[in-house]
Amino acid sequence: MNETIRTYLNEDRLPLPFCPGCGHAVILKALDRALVSLALKREDVVIVTDIGCVGLSDKYFHTHAFHGLHGRSITYASGLALAQPEKNIIVLTGDGGVGIGGHHLINAARRNMDITVLVFNNFNYGMTGGEHSVTTPIGSHTVTTHQGQIEQPMDICGTAAVNGGSFIARKTSFDKDLDDTIAAAIQHTGFALVDIWELCTSYFAVNNAFGKKNIQETLDSLHFKTGILHKREGKPYLALYREKVEGTKKKGGRLSGMEITHSSLLSRPFAVTLAGAAGEKIISAAKLFGQGGVRSGLFVTQRDDYPVTVKTGHSRAELILSPEPILYSGMERPDVLIILFEEGLRKVSTLLPELTSADKVYINARLGPVSTAATVMKLQFDHAGPLKRRSNAYAVMALAELLRHEALYPVEAFLEALQARKRFAADSLAAVKASEGVLEP
Amino acid sequence: MRELINGAEAISRAALDAGCDFFAGYPITPATPILLHMMRELPLRDGIAIQAEDEIAAIGMCIGAVIGGKRALTATSGPGMSLYSENLGLAVMGEVPLVIVDCQRMGPATGAATTTSQGDVQFLRWGTSGGFPLIVLAPANVEACYHCTIDAFQLAERYRIPVIVATDKETVSTFATIDTDRLIPSQTIERHTLPGSDPYRLYDYARPDLVVPLASMEEHIIRFNTSSHDPAGYLTKEPDQLDVLNTHLQEKIYAHQDDIDHYDYVPVEGARTLVISYGIAAGSALKAVQKAAEKGIAVSSLILTSLWPIPERILTEALHDVDTILVVEMNNGQYAREVERLAHMKQTVRRVTSVNGVLIPPETILQSGGVQ
Repeated sequence: MNETIRTYLNEDRLPLPFCPGCGHAVILKALDRALVSLALKREDVVIVTDIGCVGLSDKYFHTHAFHGLHGRSITYASGLALAQPEKNIIVLTGDGGVGIGGHHLINAARRNMDITVLVFNNFNYGMTGGEHSVTTPIGSHTVTTHQGQIEQPMDICGTAAVNGGSFIARKTSFDKDLDDTIAAAIQHTGFALVDIWELCTSYFAVNNAFGKKNIQETLDSLHFKTGILHKREGKPYLALYREKVEGTKKKGGRLSGMEITHSSLLSRPFAVTLAGAAGEKIISAAKLFGQGGVRSGLFVTQRDDYPVTVKTGHSRAELILSPEPILYSGMERPDVLIILFEEGLRKVSTLLPELTSADKVYINARLGPVSTAATVMKLQFDHAGPLKRRSNAYAVMALAELLRHEALYPVEAFLEALQARKRFAADSLAAVKASEGVLEP
Repeated sequence: MRELINGAEAISRAALDAGCDFFAGYPITPATPILLHMMRELPLRDGIAIQAEDEIAAIGMCIGAVIGGKRALTATSGPGMSLYSENLGLAVMGEVPLVIVDCQRMGPATGAATTTSQGDVQFLRWGTSGGFPLIVLAPANVEACYHCTIDAFQLAERYRIPVIVATDKETVSTFATIDTDRLIPSQTIERHTLPGSDPYRLYDYARPDLVVPLASMEEHIIRFNTSSHDPAGYLTKEPDQLDVLNTHLQEKIYAHQDDIDHYDYVPVEGARTLVISYGIAAGSALKAVQKAAEKGIAVSSLILTSLWPIPERILTEALHDVDTILVVEMNNGQYAREVERLAHMKQTVRRVTSVNGVLIPPETILQSGGVQ
């Protein structure tokens, strides 16, 4: 498309709907002139509007338009910028939108997201009747500050700049070069913001006898400057993201899966609860034990405890092994309860009295006696030779002994699962070997 | 080949297999594993994954990215769903294809973050202003997490609607044995784009039940508007136009329930009792039906995999010949009210519920149904 575009305004829809004297029309015309000066393709411009009078604006532009929810315009613009990095994403928001969506403004600035934010800042909510906003000057009268505003006005430019925004300007709608500043903001790569002060002629201006000179006085009293206040070169979010990913090895793909290499004689579902302690590799041992079952053609489920903070928990795993698919992963009582540490013993204290004489408890012989109807068998880790003090191998040792005593599936299948986890394979295989005879009736 | 995976992994893998190339999320138990999986995998596949500043931004970025041509997923739990609420409405109004995973945990508020629940079921349907329909699917187990997620992307694209996969802490975090050959997408999800005539009209449907395919921002000027809008996307409050818009938002879903309704109905000859379940409660229900059969008692089972819109046709059919209906769910009886509405006076609808995070024991269902 090589046409010379005379205006980006949607001429079918004109005139603009704003009140006489409202600064919005002035700013939109400056935006139009900025777009003309940049000679952008219509398809390369996305106008994202917030809510309020400014939210009516997208309708008047013959470009892409996105009209969403109050305060969230910057989030949509961020998504668009990540999906369409070549496009010029321009957010039109009021001071109200900045207030309700301030969190998004700060974070888009932090990320140096490649968008341009134009703030139509008229110190109040015009569409809903002139309520005060985050930029209402101290002492000003609005329908929600009858005695005068007592909240400090927000420094929008300062907020965006201090949080990493890379092009920050403050202008007024009376500035003759407003279109140049807007064009510079659009051209800037990264997060650009222009805070444009203007008059709401229906509410703020009339309620406060506030005119052009009062804008200047307010700026002066706050020691706020106008013009381009801050500009730095810096890669926007997506460029950095791509750079970091570049050169990373492509992987992923399908699940590798495990072959069924062994068989099991198990004829009914068998439940095991492993009660250990945080940091003792309970969950990972249980997972590998489950994988051994899968390699033997069994169906397995594993439910782990879900601690609030990681290093205080992850100490209990419930496994079901079954020759048939498992419909229900809940467990009334385990067939075998393995207690390895004091912490685990505490956690199963209410379970122990519920066990019957058909159930078994394997307990670390160093732990105190337990009261239960189940058959209690001791895990004599002192018999584990060089591994007798290697507490994070106890879970693997106990599970290997479980296989030897209950014949759930062949120990070889467990070894195969342990070997597949290469980083810990040597230690795990040693643990299986050392565990032989650890379980005593 | 078999694997031991949890629901979070099944959902994440399905999303990638469905062509998802954008994820934005915010950490929350128990949905975080999905965020982690996508943050790890998407960059390696030329996709974008971002941790947003909050849930509002997460879903907002997803919506922006979808209009920019991406296929997006986000995942959260109850408190995050609360924050998604306004943008859920926006996605309905703007007709945005988007898949949202709700890993339910016990509420209200922060609730019990690590305790399973199905307490969001009515909230998911009615949790945004206006009352217009969206689609909610509920996988009954780990493998179903995969297939539901694939279906969710398909339905989202087909009807330009947010689709919620309503799962729970238990399903996303429990490992189960799956056959890897079965984790293959049953369908290819294509984005239908419209070459069409310029100017493109995003909301210019030929019939109330049809949707206009999304267009590429390269080929067309897109006018996306989530205020009430006319066919071209311009704001309107003309009563005639509003009727057209609001009829469409309902008809595009309700007229296609044959395609949207997903369920697993196993009627048993001579059964006078029907067990209705969904999600995590389906395992308890299936086990109960199996135990009843072992005792020689015939009980039929209906597992709903789509909860909203209400699959009324199959519910009506399944209710037809039974006296007792047990509705099994891990909440305070939220879906039972939909069944009660459809049952006739002489039928007994019993709510078999749990609100303490403990999976419903199959025996409890049997006792409730008088099957001992």
